[in-house]
Amino acid sequence: MENLVEIKELNFAYDKRPILTGINMEIPRGKVVSIMGGSGCGKTTLLRLIGGQIRPSQGHVKVAGRIMHELDADELYAMRRRMGMLFQFGALFTDMSVFDNVAFQMREHTELPESMIRDLVLMKLHAVGLRGAHRLMPSELSGGMARRVALARAIALDPMLIMYDEPFAGLDPISLGVIGNLIRRLNDALGATSIVVTHDVQESLKIVDYVYFVSEGKIVAHGAPDAMRRSEIPFVHQFVHGEMDGPVPFHYPAADYSGDLELAEASGA
Amino acid sequence: MLDRLQRGLRSVGHPVINGVWRLGYASRFFALTLLKSSLSFRRIRLTIREVYFTGALSLIIIVVSGLFVGMVLGLQGYETLQRYGSAEALGTLVALSLVRELGPVVAALLFASRAGSAMTAEIGLMKATEQISAMEMMAVDPIARVVGPRFWGGVISMPLLAAMFSAVGVFGGYLVGVVLIGVDSGAFWSQMQAAVDLQQDILNGVIKSFVFGVAVTAIALFEGYDAPPTAEGVSGATTRTVVTSSLAILALDFILTAFMFRGV
Repeated sequence: MENLVEIKELNFAYDKRPILTGINMEIPRGKVVSIMGGSGCGKTTLLRLIGGQIRPSQGHVKVAGRIMHELDADELYAMRRRMGMLFQFGALFTDMSVFDNVAFQMREHTELPESMIRDLVLMKLHAVGLRGAHRLMPSELSGGMARRVALARAIALDPMLIMYDEPFAGLDPISLGVIGNLIRRLNDALGATSIVVTHDVQESLKIVDYVYFVSEGKIVAHGAPDAMRRSEIPFVHQFVHGEMDGPVPFHYPAADYSGDLELAEASGA
Repeated sequence: MLDRLQRGLRSVGHPVINGVWRLGYASRFFALTLLKSSLSFRRIRLTIREVYFTGALSLIIIVVSGLFVGMVLGLQGYETLQRYGSAEALGTLVALSLVRELGPVVAALLFASRAGSAMTAEIGLMKATEQISAMEMMAVDPIARVVGPRFWGGVISMPLLAAMFSAVGVFGGYLVGVVLIGVDSGAFWSQMQAAVDLQQDILNGVIKSFVFGVAVTAIALFEGYDAPPTAEGVSGATTRTVVTSSLAILALDFILTAFMFRGV
């Protein structure tokens, strides 16, 4: 199967601090692929590199056959029109209603008449179950509803690639299930390809086709969800089963405990 | 000794380099805002909306302040002028003070605190809540779509607010001077009419307020766009907007006055 996204020998550093090292990844068309890892491991940075928001220090990200960091501004914007992105907390425009948020890209990038935009927006909102909420403002929505509106906005122009940055963060179990289902259903209905960056193991393993595990800026394991559930790789095992200690230690590196508490001096005195 | 010298040089060099870098970044931001302004005029409703938010919603503070400044000018002016038997020149004093100086300067200071700080906070929060990133990912340039209309909205609003401030201020001077103290109404208006020159006074006042509008709006937008995406970052940027804008207004006023009113 043809790959929509290919990442080769990707390195990225903020100043001199390496964030991602030697990343290689292939994301086939039509699949839902998850990138998992602990907080601060470089998952969101990877998503920003795929979206062309930042440039790699070395290596490249290829989307639909084009190397992202070699595109000029117009080409990059043309590429982004074919991408949709769901941000961690929705990132809805707070001065616009739900309807206007979903209509935003249609009004900016197309010459469609307002009557057609209205129908399309209502269809997108219907797909996420919020057609009845189109008049509400973002401040009137719950966290789960805001995420669903953001999802409707992300698919407004039927993108070829949909990226999700922590779509499950802070959601109640019902909203969590709804968002998970929508990610899978919308991907299949639109014939799109989805990348889900998350640390919610159980929910994402239910809906994705393939998983990459990232730790300290490197890919430490990858495979189908079932294989990852059974994996004996220490990091994957600790992550999937939520174990307290393992390759990711419970304690932040510190000096000797008894030394910190001055126990030796106290016993000497 | 060498160590202390190095530390001293570093403590001076670091803020200087940072300052120069920031100035360059701000200039680039300003140039990009101007270059990408076509959308603000092609979709004029975006700019009109900002004129409403920055201009129309600032009217109350401008009108009330203008009225009180004019009333104080009327009182103080009368006290001084009547000592020299020139109380009839009160209208001239009030009008010239307002049109040349107080109107543009005080209106700009109020504009910086009310609309400028609001602009910084809004854009800073849009950045903190990833709305700016979302716009970029939707292939919409935030400088053209968010910054441009706000910039031109502020630039259009500022001279209108300054004119309103001066007009209401003159009315305040009239209330105190003519209605309350009893200066002759005919003398008040006729002397004002004779002394205030359209080009020398009013046009120069408008130019001043336009320059202040550009300075305040550009500073407010840059500070918002450059704010670290945290609560502390946005609050610091808002404070910097008010402080930097106020200092810029006073410095620019001195420079403009020196050029405009030499020998008048």
